[in-house]
Amino acid sequence: MDTAGPILQMRGINKSFGAVHVLHDVDFDVYPGEVTALIGDNGAGKSTLIKTIAGIHPADSGEITFEGNGVSLTSPRTAAALGIEIVYQDLALCDNLDIVQNMFLGREARRFWLLDEPTMEQRARETLSSLSVRTVKSVRQLVSSLSGGQRQTVAIAKAVLWNSKVVILDEPTAALGVAQTAQVLALVRRLADRGLGVVLISHNMNDVLQVADRVCAMFLGRTVAEVKSSETTHAQLVELITAGRSGDLGLPAEVHA
Amino acid sequence: MNAPTDSSEAADSPDASEAADAPDASNAPDTSATPDAPVASDFSLDAAPVGFKGAFTAYVAKIRSGDLGPLPALLGFVVLCSYFAWKSDVFLTERNLANLLTQSSATIVIAMGLVFVLLLGEIDLSAGSSAGVCAVILAVQLKTGEVVSGTYFGQDITISSKLDISILGIHVQSSVFIPVVCALAAGAAIGTFTGFLVARVGIPSFVVTLALFLAWQGVVLKIVGDGGNVGIKNDWVNGIVNSNLSKQAGWVFAGICVGCYAALSVAKKLGRIRRGLSSSPWIVVIAKSLGLAALAFPAVYVLNKNRNAAGLKVLEGVPKVVVLIVVLGVVLTFVLTNTSFGRHFYAVGGNAEAARRAGINVKSIRMSAFVICSTLAAIGGIVLASRLNSVDPQTGGGNQLLFAVAAAVIGGTSLFGGRGKVRDAILGGLVVAVIDNGLGLLGYDAGSKFVATGLVLLVAASVDALSRKTATR
Repeated sequence: MDTAGPILQMRGINKSFGAVHVLHDVDFDVYPGEVTALIGDNGAGKSTLIKTIAGIHPADSGEITFEGNGVSLTSPRTAAALGIEIVYQDLALCDNLDIVQNMFLGREARRFWLLDEPTMEQRARETLSSLSVRTVKSVRQLVSSLSGGQRQTVAIAKAVLWNSKVVILDEPTAALGVAQTAQVLALVRRLADRGLGVVLISHNMNDVLQVADRVCAMFLGRTVAEVKSSETTHAQLVELITAGRSGDLGLPAEVHA
Repeated sequence: MNAPTDSSEAADSPDASEAADAPDASNAPDTSATPDAPVASDFSLDAAPVGFKGAFTAYVAKIRSGDLGPLPALLGFVVLCSYFAWKSDVFLTERNLANLLTQSSATIVIAMGLVFVLLLGEIDLSAGSSAGVCAVILAVQLKTGEVVSGTYFGQDITISSKLDISILGIHVQSSVFIPVVCALAAGAAIGTFTGFLVARVGIPSFVVTLALFLAWQGVVLKIVGDGGNVGIKNDWVNGIVNSNLSKQAGWVFAGICVGCYAALSVAKKLGRIRRGLSSSPWIVVIAKSLGLAALAFPAVYVLNKNRNAAGLKVLEGVPKVVVLIVVLGVVLTFVLTNTSFGRHFYAVGGNAEAARRAGINVKSIRMSAFVICSTLAAIGGIVLASRLNSVDPQTGGGNQLLFAVAAAVIGGTSLFGGRGKVRDAILGGLVVAVIDNGLGLLGYDAGSKFVATGLVLLVAASVDALSRKTATR
């Protein structure tokens, strides 16, 4: 897997909001078939970075290549057209609609101007079963009757349904219990196994070490380290988040001393 | 902490993904939000109710989860009807049943429009007085035969509303055509204005429509004059509420309704079977069609009896306004359930932010809700004018709007948005009319009727709030 180049490559990304320089020459890579964890303390620039990828806050400077081609992510639409989907922390689901209706919301399958329910239901089932989702009783269940983990599952499946190539998950396990967290992490793993590039934003180092292939740590608007999760430890990651360096990794000592 | 998979290694092999699945299946107990529902440890994704018993169990589970549907309204309707039938020997006569239908018609039509607005969690308090404006536009044009008459830019301008056409020997009496179109256009224009203020300017709909409620009532008063009255002599307009289908036409109409419903349900079921999807059992499909037949045909039978036994003039047949309501009900239901446009109303009402992120134009959905509501209010206004053969400053005013809101809410449309059906307006409108009609027959005054209707609305709103609580616990 490591032989493949990154599907999304960002080099020297800068972003300022007025006088506040939020992203300093950020480098970030997403590899197909791998989970890249994006970690950092509050205000480190994680959210701004993914909003740059989503096209919500276009970068001021820097290079972005997607599948080897230079692209400019200037609007959410261009990002979506490339196949970049974001699953937000506050789930963008409608409680009063069922799973199928939510997965196809805004992109309903139609035949002669009318909703093509059988096709939508079939595709929703296929997508959920291809992700080995086992806990949903019926695809016609209302989302209001689902648990937090099941909702997260539907939100992720919605992203997969549209053949996206990069899926960005913003703290998918933040509000979940232990068992549900395990389910969602297993699903995140399966997404990567399907060949998608997955970005996982999380504050939980156990989750990160458990599911991620690579870890990208941010500190005060800079990417301070990109390490393989198999070659790092919990303590190291915490140091990277809080101090921006850990031993040989991260910023040189004089920068923030 | 159970690790679903070793993250770094061998994730490609099917064995690894199987191993990853095993732990979460065994962890399933707390994943189901409904404790009484069996936890599906097996991958099912569509729980097909098997047979009548299965369908019944599924229905009970749905009720218990807080989705009551039309149940409270149906229950209320039956209880009220039984009570009035017991107390008054006039209530169940053919004449009174026909009266009930014509009395409730305008409320039902206005309530149908309100369903669209309520679905978004908004309110249109001006629907009643918009109906009045449209009714008065219709009445004045029918009376004068002119759309516009007066001196504009130094010129005397008169546009006639008469447009009599004869094509291939068929004479279309179209002096009514242009006034009706003008009334509907006025409704659409009013809705566009309201929608603009709510969706684009961003004023809360409560305030906008409260202001317009007053303003439109003033417009009606200006046109009609204090204590005035514009009579309508046009037979076509007066006939909407006051004339009936012939006996045969009534039977044919009921037959078409039942036949189409049965054919569509069977076609839907066959289509789902062909695609290998779960569908409701045959017995439920057949029972529903038979139920509709058991409702429609006896109703036509009763309405086809002469209900003017004492008088010389024979009064029989299904009132034409029933056809209007059924057609509106079917068309609007179709729009809400079978088009993306309709689906987006539910999405915006359920979670406007999610709808926006899904690429739905939330503002234009808001606009169209008010346009649909006011256009239906215009139809309601025409029905009101037809029923009284005239328009006065009270048309569409007073409690008309509150009755329409009550009808939608009693029928099961949620005031919180995201839940509601067109059929709620019909069911709720009938309940409101039964209260009004029944208490009138028992000799209660207007005050008691208002108190009773108000209390029923409160009960319906409480049911709405409580069922919502159950659903989101």
